[in-house]
Amino acid sequence: MIRVTRKIEFSAAHFYHNPSFSAEENRRVFGKCNNPHGHGHNYVLEVTVAGEPDPDTGMVLDLKELKDILQREVGERMDHRHLNYEVPELAGQIPTCENIAQVIWRLLEPKIAKGKLDRVRLWESPDLYADCTAQSSGEGV
Amino acid sequence: MSQALKVSLTRRYRFAASHRLFRPNFSEGENQRIYGKCSNPYGHGHNYSLEVTVSGTVDPATGMIANLGDLDPFVDREVVQAFDQKYLNQEVSEFREAVPTAENICREIYRRLKPFPPARLERVRLQETSNNSFEFDGEIGERDERAPQGTGQP
Repeated sequence: MIRVTRKIEFSAAHFYHNPSFSAEENRRVFGKCNNPHGHGHNYVLEVTVAGEPDPDTGMVLDLKELKDILQREVGERMDHRHLNYEVPELAGQIPTCENIAQVIWRLLEPKIAKGKLDRVRLWESPDLYADCTAQSSGEGV
Repeated sequence: MSQALKVSLTRRYRFAASHRLFRPNFSEGENQRIYGKCSNPYGHGHNYSLEVTVSGTVDPATGMIANLGDLDPFVDREVVQAFDQKYLNQEVSEFREAVPTAENICREIYRRLKPFPPARLERVRLQETSNNSFEFDGEIGERDERAPQGTGQP
Protein backbone atom coordinates (compact mmCIF):
# COMPACT_ATOMS: atom_id res chain seq x y z
CA MET A 1 0.00 0.00 0.00
CA ILE A 2 1.16 3.49 -0.80
CA ARG A 3 0.26 6.61 1.16
CA VAL A 4 0.02 9.85 -0.81
CA THR A 5 -0.06 13.19 1.00
CA ARG A 6 -1.17 16.51 -0.40
CA LYS A 7 -0.92 19.82 1.46
CA ILE A 8 -2.97 22.99 1.23
CA GLU A 9 -2.95 26.09 3.36
CA PHE A 10 -5.78 28.33 4.45
CA SER A 11 -6.06 31.30 6.77
CA ALA A 12 -9.02 31.73 9.07
CA ALA A 13 -10.21 33.46 12.22
CA HIS A 14 -11.76 31.90 15.29
CA PHE A 15 -12.22 32.20 19.03
CA TYR A 16 -13.23 29.76 21.73
CA HIS A 17 -16.41 30.39 23.64
CA ASN A 18 -18.93 28.02 25.19
CA PRO A 19 -22.27 29.82 25.71
CA SER A 20 -23.17 27.45 28.56
CA PHE A 21 -20.10 28.59 30.54
CA SER A 22 -20.06 31.78 32.59
CA ALA A 23 -17.81 34.60 31.33
CA GLU A 24 -15.35 33.79 34.08
CA GLU A 25 -15.34 30.08 33.21
CA ASN A 26 -14.82 30.83 29.52
CA ARG A 27 -11.78 32.91 30.40
CA ARG A 28 -10.42 30.28 32.75
CA VAL A 29 -10.83 27.36 30.31
CA PHE A 30 -9.96 29.09 27.05
CA GLY A 31 -7.57 31.81 28.20
CA LYS A 32 -6.72 34.40 25.56
CA CYS A 33 -8.39 32.20 22.88
CA ASN A 34 -11.65 33.46 24.44
CA ASN A 35 -11.04 37.04 23.23
CA PRO A 36 -14.43 37.78 21.61
CA HIS A 37 -12.89 39.68 18.69
CA GLY A 38 -11.19 36.47 17.62
CA HIS A 39 -7.74 35.84 16.23
CA GLY A 40 -6.40 33.91 13.27
CA HIS A 41 -4.01 31.26 12.06
CA ASN A 42 -2.33 30.14 8.89
CA TYR A 43 -3.58 26.57 8.92
CA VAL A 44 -1.67 23.89 7.04
CA LEU A 45 -3.69 20.84 6.06
CA GLU A 46 -1.99 17.59 5.08
CA VAL A 47 -4.32 14.97 3.68
CA THR A 48 -3.10 11.39 3.22
CA VAL A 49 -4.80 8.88 0.93
CA ALA A 50 -3.79 5.22 0.99
CA GLY A 51 -4.16 2.69 -1.78
CA GLU A 52 -2.50 0.62 -4.47
CA PRO A 53 -1.22 2.43 -7.58
CA ASP A 54 -3.38 1.87 -10.65
CA PRO A 55 -1.26 -0.30 -13.00
CA ASP A 56 -2.29 1.86 -15.99
CA THR A 57 -1.32 5.22 -14.52
CA GLY A 58 1.09 4.32 -11.70
CA MET A 59 -0.99 6.55 -9.42
CA VAL A 60 -3.05 5.86 -6.31
CA LEU A 61 -5.17 8.80 -7.38
CA ASP A 62 -4.66 11.87 -9.52
CA LEU A 63 -3.10 14.47 -7.23
CA LYS A 64 -4.60 17.23 -9.30
CA GLU A 65 -8.01 15.76 -8.56
CA LEU A 66 -7.16 15.57 -4.84
CA LYS A 67 -5.98 19.17 -4.91
CA ASP A 68 -9.30 20.21 -6.51
CA ILE A 69 -11.26 18.30 -3.84
CA LEU A 70 -9.26 19.96 -1.04
CA GLN A 71 -9.75 23.35 -2.62
CA ARG A 72 -13.48 22.85 -3.12
CA GLU A 73 -14.32 21.17 0.19
CA VAL A 74 -11.92 22.96 2.53
CA GLY A 75 -10.33 25.98 0.82
CA GLU A 76 -13.58 27.47 -0.41
CA ARG A 77 -15.34 26.81 2.89
CA MET A 78 -12.67 27.95 5.31
CA ASP A 79 -10.05 30.16 3.65
CA HIS A 80 -10.37 33.77 4.80
CA ARG A 81 -13.46 32.91 6.82
CA HIS A 82 -14.42 33.25 10.45
CA LEU A 83 -14.82 29.65 11.60
CA ASN A 84 -17.30 30.53 14.37
CA TYR A 85 -19.72 32.30 12.02
CA GLU A 86 -19.16 31.25 8.43
CA VAL A 87 -18.71 27.47 8.39
CA PRO A 88 -22.05 25.73 9.00
CA GLU A 89 -20.34 22.34 9.55
CA LEU A 90 -18.71 23.79 12.68
CA ALA A 91 -21.90 25.35 14.05
CA GLY A 92 -22.38 24.54 17.73
CA GLN A 93 -18.79 23.30 18.09
CA ILE A 94 -15.73 25.01 19.51
CA PRO A 95 -13.49 25.45 16.44
CA THR A 96 -10.41 23.78 17.94
CA CYS A 97 -7.84 21.96 15.86
CA GLU A 98 -9.38 18.66 17.04
CA ASN A 99 -12.88 19.60 15.89
CA ILE A 100 -11.83 21.21 12.60
CA ALA A 101 -9.79 18.11 11.71
CA GLN A 102 -12.86 15.89 12.29
CA VAL A 103 -15.09 18.16 10.21
CA ILE A 104 -12.50 18.08 7.40
CA TRP A 105 -12.38 14.27 7.60
CA ARG A 106 -16.17 14.04 7.25
CA LEU A 107 -16.17 16.49 4.33
CA LEU A 108 -13.41 14.68 2.44
CA GLU A 109 -14.04 11.03 3.16
CA PRO A 110 -17.06 10.62 0.82
CA LYS A 111 -15.31 12.55 -1.96
CA ILE A 112 -12.22 10.35 -2.25
CA ALA A 113 -13.16 8.06 -5.13
CA LYS A 114 -9.82 6.26 -5.54
CA GLY A 115 -7.87 4.99 -2.54
CA LYS A 116 -9.02 5.55 1.04
CA LEU A 117 -8.70 8.58 3.23
CA ASP A 118 -5.99 7.60 5.70
CA ARG A 119 -5.20 10.66 7.78
CA VAL A 120 -6.10 14.32 8.12
CA ARG A 121 -3.37 16.34 9.80
CA LEU A 122 -4.21 19.94 10.57
CA TRP A 123 -1.46 22.28 11.71
CA GLU A 124 -2.64 25.35 13.56
CA SER A 125 0.90 26.62 14.03
CA PRO A 126 4.36 25.09 13.52
CA ASP A 127 4.12 23.83 17.14
CA LEU A 128 0.61 22.34 17.18
CA TYR A 129 -1.34 19.90 15.04
CA ALA A 130 -4.24 17.45 15.33
CA ASP A 131 -4.43 14.12 13.52
CA CYS A 132 -7.69 12.48 12.59
CA THR A 133 -7.82 8.84 11.45
CA ALA A 134 -10.49 6.14 11.28
CA GLN A 135 -10.71 4.28 14.52
CA SER A 136 -9.72 0.68 13.93
CA SER A 137 -12.32 -1.86 15.03
CA GLY A 138 -12.09 -2.83 18.67
CA GLU A 139 -10.01 0.23 19.48
CA GLY A 140 -11.31 2.06 22.52
CA VAL A 141 -10.69 5.75 23.05
CA MET B 1 -24.14 6.13 12.21
CA SER B 2 -21.08 8.03 11.14
CA GLN B 3 -17.64 6.45 11.15
CA ALA B 4 -15.82 6.46 14.52
CA LEU B 5 -12.79 8.70 14.37
CA LYS B 6 -9.62 8.77 16.39
CA VAL B 7 -8.14 12.17 17.13
CA SER B 8 -4.77 13.03 18.57
CA LEU B 9 -3.09 16.30 19.36
CA THR B 10 0.62 16.95 18.98
CA ARG B 11 2.44 19.82 20.60
CA ARG B 12 6.07 20.79 20.09
CA TYR B 13 8.41 21.93 22.88
CA ARG B 14 12.06 22.82 22.82
CA PHE B 15 15.00 22.50 25.15
CA ALA B 16 18.76 22.80 24.80
CA ALA B 17 21.05 20.51 26.75
CA SER B 18 24.51 19.03 26.75
CA HIS B 19 25.57 15.45 27.18
CA ARG B 20 28.42 13.03 26.75
CA LEU B 21 27.97 9.45 25.60
CA PHE B 22 30.25 7.12 27.50
CA ARG B 23 30.16 4.18 29.86
CA PRO B 24 32.52 4.38 32.84
CA ASN B 25 32.98 0.61 32.71
CA PHE B 26 34.25 0.76 29.10
CA SER B 27 37.87 1.67 28.33
CA GLU B 28 38.52 5.00 26.65
CA GLY B 29 39.27 3.16 23.42
CA GLU B 30 36.01 1.26 23.64
CA ASN B 31 34.03 4.45 24.35
CA GLN B 32 35.66 6.12 21.34
CA ARG B 33 34.94 3.12 19.14
CA ILE B 34 31.27 2.92 20.15
CA TYR B 35 30.33 6.58 20.64
CA GLY B 36 32.93 8.34 18.46
CA LYS B 37 33.07 12.11 18.93
CA CYS B 38 29.96 11.95 21.12
CA SER B 39 32.31 10.58 23.74
CA ASN B 40 34.64 13.61 23.80
CA PRO B 41 35.38 14.28 27.47
CA TYR B 42 33.91 17.76 27.87
CA GLY B 43 30.55 16.90 26.29
CA HIS B 44 28.58 18.74 23.61
CA GLY B 45 25.01 19.97 23.21
CA HIS B 46 21.93 20.01 21.01
CA ASN B 47 18.80 22.05 20.47
CA TYR B 48 16.25 19.33 21.09
CA SER B 49 12.75 19.55 19.65
CA LEU B 50 10.18 17.43 21.46
CA GLU B 51 6.79 16.47 20.04
CA VAL B 52 4.27 15.17 22.55
CA THR B 53 1.18 13.39 21.18
CA VAL B 54 -1.91 12.79 23.30
CA SER B 55 -5.18 11.14 22.30
CA GLY B 56 -8.58 10.62 23.81
CA THR B 57 -12.13 11.82 23.68
CA VAL B 58 -12.73 15.32 22.38
CA ASP B 59 -14.72 16.99 25.15
CA PRO B 60 -17.82 18.53 23.49
CA ALA B 61 -17.81 21.38 26.02
CA THR B 62 -14.30 22.52 25.12
CA GLY B 63 -13.60 20.89 21.74
CA MET B 64 -10.35 19.64 23.24
CA ILE B 65 -8.60 16.35 23.98
CA ALA B 66 -6.38 18.19 26.42
CA ASN B 67 -6.32 21.83 27.33
CA LEU B 68 -2.95 23.32 26.41
CA GLY B 69 -3.40 25.33 29.59
CA ASP B 70 -2.85 21.99 31.39
CA LEU B 71 -0.48 20.21 28.99
CA ASP B 72 2.01 23.08 28.54
CA PRO B 73 2.74 23.63 32.25
CA PHE B 74 2.87 19.85 32.84
CA VAL B 75 5.49 19.29 30.12
CA ASP B 76 7.31 22.42 31.18
CA ARG B 77 7.54 21.23 34.77
CA GLU B 78 8.32 17.57 34.08
CA VAL B 79 10.70 17.93 31.15
CA VAL B 80 11.63 21.42 30.00
CA GLN B 81 12.53 22.82 33.43
CA ALA B 82 14.39 19.61 34.26
CA PHE B 83 16.37 19.33 31.00
CA ASP B 84 16.73 22.82 29.52
CA GLN B 85 20.22 24.35 29.76
CA LYS B 86 21.42 21.34 31.76
CA TYR B 87 24.30 18.87 31.49
CA LEU B 88 22.15 15.75 31.33
CA ASN B 89 24.83 13.35 32.59
CA GLN B 90 25.10 15.12 35.91
CA GLU B 91 21.99 17.23 36.37
CA VAL B 92 19.27 14.69 35.55
CA SER B 93 19.58 11.89 38.08
CA GLU B 94 18.39 9.13 35.67
CA PHE B 95 21.39 9.82 33.43
CA ARG B 96 23.92 9.27 36.14
CA GLU B 97 23.24 5.60 35.40
CA ALA B 98 21.78 5.45 31.87
CA VAL B 99 23.79 6.85 28.95
CA PRO B 100 21.92 9.97 27.77
CA THR B 101 21.50 8.83 24.17
CA ALA B 102 18.47 10.29 22.42
CA GLU B 103 16.86 6.84 22.75
CA ASN B 104 17.22 6.92 26.52
CA ILE B 105 16.18 10.57 26.74
CA CYS B 106 13.09 9.70 24.71
CA ARG B 107 12.17 6.87 27.09
CA GLU B 108 12.79 9.01 30.15
CA ILE B 109 10.58 11.78 28.74
CA TYR B 110 7.84 9.24 28.04
CA ARG B 111 8.10 7.94 31.62
CA ARG B 112 7.81 11.47 33.01
CA LEU B 113 4.84 12.41 30.81
CA LYS B 114 2.87 9.16 31.00
CA PRO B 115 0.96 10.19 34.18
CA PHE B 116 -0.54 13.29 32.46
CA PRO B 117 -4.04 12.97 33.90
CA PRO B 118 -6.48 14.34 31.32
CA ALA B 119 -5.43 12.35 28.21
CA ARG B 120 -3.60 9.28 26.98
CA LEU B 121 0.04 9.74 26.03
CA GLU B 122 0.38 8.25 22.54
CA ARG B 123 3.95 9.02 21.61
CA VAL B 124 6.93 11.24 22.21
CA ARG B 125 9.18 12.17 19.33
CA LEU B 126 12.54 13.71 20.04
CA GLN B 127 14.46 15.43 17.32
CA GLU B 128 18.11 15.78 18.31
CA THR B 129 19.34 17.45 15.12
CA SER B 130 17.66 18.14 11.80
CA ASN B 131 19.02 14.78 10.64
CA ASN B 132 17.92 12.42 13.38
CA SER B 133 14.79 11.83 15.40
CA PHE B 134 13.56 9.20 17.85
CA GLU B 135 10.07 8.05 18.80
CA PHE B 136 8.77 6.05 21.73
CA ASP B 137 5.17 4.94 22.22
CA GLY B 138 5.70 2.91 25.39
CA GLU B 139 5.94 -0.40 23.61
CA ILE B 140 8.89 -2.54 24.69
CA GLY B 141 10.21 -4.71 21.89
CA GLU B 142 12.63 -7.58 22.07
CA ARG B 143 16.15 -6.52 22.77
CA ASP B 144 18.74 -7.23 20.12
CA GLU B 145 21.36 -9.25 21.96
CA ARG B 146 24.14 -8.77 19.43
CA ALA B 147 27.25 -6.94 20.57
CA PRO B 148 27.04 -3.14 20.21
CA GLN B 149 28.06 -1.98 16.77
CA GLY B 150 30.06 1.22 17.06
CA THR B 151 29.59 3.50 14.09
CA GLY B 152 31.62 6.37 15.40
CA GLN B 153 28.71 8.65 14.49
CA PRO B 154 26.93 10.80 17.06
